Amino acid sequence: MKYLDEFRDPEVALRLIEEIKELATRRWVLMEVCGGQTHSIIRNGIDQLLPDAVEMVHGPGCPVCVTPLETIDKALAIAARDDVIFCSFGDMLRVPGSDEDLFQVKGGGGDIRVVYSPLDAVAIAKDNPDKEVVFFGIGFETTAPANAMAVYQASQDGLENFSMLVSHVLVPPAMCAILDSPHNRVQAFLAAGHVCSVMGYEEYYAICQKYKTPIVVTGFEPLDLLQGIKAAVIQLEDGKAEVHNAYQRAVRPEGNLPAREMIADVFAVTDRTWRGIGMIPVSGWKLSDRYRELDASVRFSVEGIQSKESELCHAGEVLQGTLKPDECPAFGKECTPRTPLGALMVSSEGACAAYFHSGRFARAVAL
Amino acid sequence: MCLGIPGKVIEITGEDFVRTGKVDFDGIVKEVSLAYVPDVGIGDYVIVHVGFAITQLDEASAHETLALLRQLDVVREELDPEVALAAQRARATGNAT
Repeated sequence: MKYLDEFRDPEVALRLIEEIKELATRRWVLMEVCGGQTHSIIRNGIDQLLPDAVEMVHGPGCPVCVTPLETIDKALAIAARDDVIFCSFGDMLRVPGSDEDLFQVKGGGGDIRVVYSPLDAVAIAKDNPDKEVVFFGIGFETTAPANAMAVYQASQDGLENFSMLVSHVLVPPAMCAILDSPHNRVQAFLAAGHVCSVMGYEEYYAICQKYKTPIVVTGFEPLDLLQGIKAAVIQLEDGKAEVHNAYQRAVRPEGNLPAREMIADVFAVTDRTWRGIGMIPVSGWKLSDRYRELDASVRFSVEGIQSKESELCHAGEVLQGTLKPDECPAFGKECTPRTPLGALMVSSEGACAAYFHSGRFARAVAL
Repeated sequence: MCLGIPGKVIEITGEDFVRTGKVDFDGIVKEVSLAYVPDVGIGDYVIVHVGFAITQLDEASAHETLALLRQLDVVREELDPEVALAAQRARATGNAT
């Protein structure tokens, strides 16, 4: 595919790896923030080809993985109602709640539909005026313009039977939370390319300056990732901490202004609990007051849910880069894609799923 | 979730918030919202995420990046015989990534 294949050239990739080997004179720890980048790194074996001096740790950039358990349980309760058609991105269906997942609710008769775009859910609401249509609005900044447009259009069309269960998360506050942690090992970030396509990278300057940590905006193909890694290593070796855009074909400094305007209208910043990590201040979006009546968590008061997380799952440590998936004692044993204990094992961006599907077993450590 | 696929805009209908286009992903054509890329025209490339073009792909920048990466190879191979040898080996096995 044009503008993908060219950035997968193995010869150029090997050259970049050789250059990184020559550049790195000591050990550096880099975090790729986005789960899509994690999968590309593991699938292409980039972490194994890199010199020992460069360690990649995997970040929390998998929205499915960090959606709080309480919200999943709420979604399960709403989806089980007879009067509801529950629409979701496919990734959410196998994410374990306290007792079951959306697939099981569907098996039990719940009308749950996988949609490609949130606008598909709006169309379903138009076609089913006698049903409540609820869309599970999760995602990082990348997905926010689409979800915001669905809310805006439903509101414009006066669709009273459409609502959204919103659990949006934001990348920059999570990066700060990782750097603030006493267990932090991250010395440079590869920032998530498509998040920056929407939001730009101007807000990273303050983070860069405060934490003296290089931030390199990076794409998803092997050459993009290696270019990002190389740019970060150059800065680390030179003792610099700057914001650098290594994904210029898709990212402008200011991002996408029309999309940001729509987001600012539809969403408002809120504190957000991240599954496995805990509450991170001002790290999420909820519907703004103007669209409050389209908020499914207000429309369906779902009370009395007791959420309970698996005691064997170490997803939180994996999400914060302090544990690799194959170091978890449950990895590949109690926890597999067929019997997931946590969301990281089933999401297409989950680090545990990336390791499992690439056959990375081996290193379970006593925790 | 943040997956974005580059595709070529081959048709545009509607305006403003319902601006929609047909986008060709190497033979697979899908309907995509172009509401957030008002300046994009037919023949331009966009990056599409969950049915929305989130940005225009800057083709000049893409070519520049590739040219730089490839040129770097050529220069390095010319200057360093060991690099040239490694490149030959890589070409022979061809399974780097």
